[in-house]
Amino acid sequence: MSILVYALHYQGEFNKNSLGAVSEGARLAGELGGEAAAVVVGGDDLSDELCASLGNYGVTKVYRARAPEGLAQPVVDVMAKVIQDNGYKYALFGGGLLGFEIGAGLTARLGAGVTMEVTSVKAQDGKLVAERPILQDSAIVDVGYVGEPGIIIGRLNAFDIKEAGGGAAEVVDVDVQLEDHSTKAVMVERGEQRGADVNIEDAEILVAGGRGLGKAEGFELCESLADALGGAVAATRAVVDAGWYPYAAQIGQTGKTVAPKLYLAAGISGAIQHKVGMQNSENIVAINKDPNAPIFEFSDLGVVGDLNKILPKLTEAVKAKKG
Amino acid sequence: MKICVLVKEVPDAAVEKRMDPGSKRLDRSGEKNLNPFDTHAIEAAMQIREGGAVDVDEIVAVTMGPESAFRALHKAVSLGADRSVHLSDEALAGSDVCATGYALARVLESESPDLVLLGQQSDDGECYTIGAVVADHLKMPSLTQVIKIDVEGGKLRCERQAEYGYDTVDVELPAVISVGDAINEPRYPSLKAIMGAKKKPLDTKATGDVGIEADRVGEQGSRTQVLEINPPPQKEAGEIIEDEDTNETVEKVVAWLDERKLLA
Repeated sequence: MSILVYALHYQGEFNKNSLGAVSEGARLAGELGGEAAAVVVGGDDLSDELCASLGNYGVTKVYRARAPEGLAQPVVDVMAKVIQDNGYKYALFGGGLLGFEIGAGLTARLGAGVTMEVTSVKAQDGKLVAERPILQDSAIVDVGYVGEPGIIIGRLNAFDIKEAGGGAAEVVDVDVQLEDHSTKAVMVERGEQRGADVNIEDAEILVAGGRGLGKAEGFELCESLADALGGAVAATRAVVDAGWYPYAAQIGQTGKTVAPKLYLAAGISGAIQHKVGMQNSENIVAINKDPNAPIFEFSDLGVVGDLNKILPKLTEAVKAKKG
Repeated sequence: MKICVLVKEVPDAAVEKRMDPGSKRLDRSGEKNLNPFDTHAIEAAMQIREGGAVDVDEIVAVTMGPESAFRALHKAVSLGADRSVHLSDEALAGSDVCATGYALARVLESESPDLVLLGQQSDDGECYTIGAVVADHLKMPSLTQVIKIDVEGGKLRCERQAEYGYDTVDVELPAVISVGDAINEPRYPSLKAIMGAKKKPLDTKATGDVGIEADRVGEQGSRTQVLEINPPPQKEAGEIIEDEDTNETVEKVVAWLDERKLLA
């Protein structure tokens, strides 16, 4: 028994980051000479078939517990029991909000070491070492664990999904008595979509706007430029939370992950949570008035200046060039 | 209701941060400030007090850190906290997330808060996790990245953005809530509040005062170990244009896009 991976699901489908973590867990367990298992927590949509399908990604066993979905603390109770009963040495999470919360809860419950924002994991002398960028990605640290278990929380999109060609995994139901405090947060509404439903994942060109646009109306500048370029408009979490643009257009940690041919970022500082959703774009152009904005460190072309002046003229120039 | 707000002293944003290659810890010398994410948590506490849905008796700023961290507490008090608690002890140096969460939980326990608020992340460690660690030790329900809190009938109705959209969650008190930076625009402290901050009560506590077991904190209580520090893979620096003449700038950008066949 070596690695236990949390697999998040919603409406009968597993989360992509979780499938990446399951694949990575299976790979690492192989290197450690052990096996990886997954844990799923939820309601009736967790059918035998759905759970067993995680075998395709390399786990041999799936622990299933019936408990409220979308909240971390019930999962902490389930995973703590599975780890204690079966002696798993590591718990692994893909990128995402719930993984952070569950991993943190387990740290406290089991007195375990934790690393977060992990971009890669390697097996070294029979133990796992997590690699993690720190200080706005200006350094990378290798972190080892003292004692067991070790908890590894991945960065968004850190682990690739790999179908290992394994058969159906064995599904084991676990009965867990939830802690009192784990029942004191109750989901009232989950997954509410705010704003229009827009499709940004298929666009080859994206013009993305951030707080630097100054106000909701600033997005008109992005829309005009996107029209001229034949692309779509995307947004950062900050402006979506502020109600300036629809949630469906959000890039990053709790939004979409994109890799278009051109990503033009207007008024976006380039926080890690945003970067993880767009860093694989082919060409990144950034316009920002702050010359120290982190986005200039990973853009291919940076323009330091006032977007209110630059965007309208750029739109005209693009139209003129394209005829 | 008594609200404790967890705050942290971090290197000033303008200071270049680095790891100390000897100790493999973050070099925390140089100019310091209150973690900017924490100001949103203090503001959230103030808005609960001013909202009137519940009587807030006290807002207490709590920190763990070296002696210099009292300045972050002064700032927290100038933003609205009534008093502050400083957990400071040599034994705590080098604590990882596991050890820090345990120590903070012990000091919070000594205050018996009805609500613990904190910011979504620290500006230096980029951890996002301490709230959920503390909550499990305190056996309280917890939620992170909350962008709206309403007090309704002794419960908190919280909203946040999670993996599949916006979630609305009812949380019973006592609870630990970490707030996202979209929850509010923190106010600026008045000059009077800044001057008065030093006069507000500040309790300094050592590990023994709040029942912290020495072998669970500091380097020996930590469960992770930094083995190596490396520079990131070098990425070729991008081209930078300083916009002086916008017509010229736009011309350059269009040429750049055209070269890469992005204007086809």
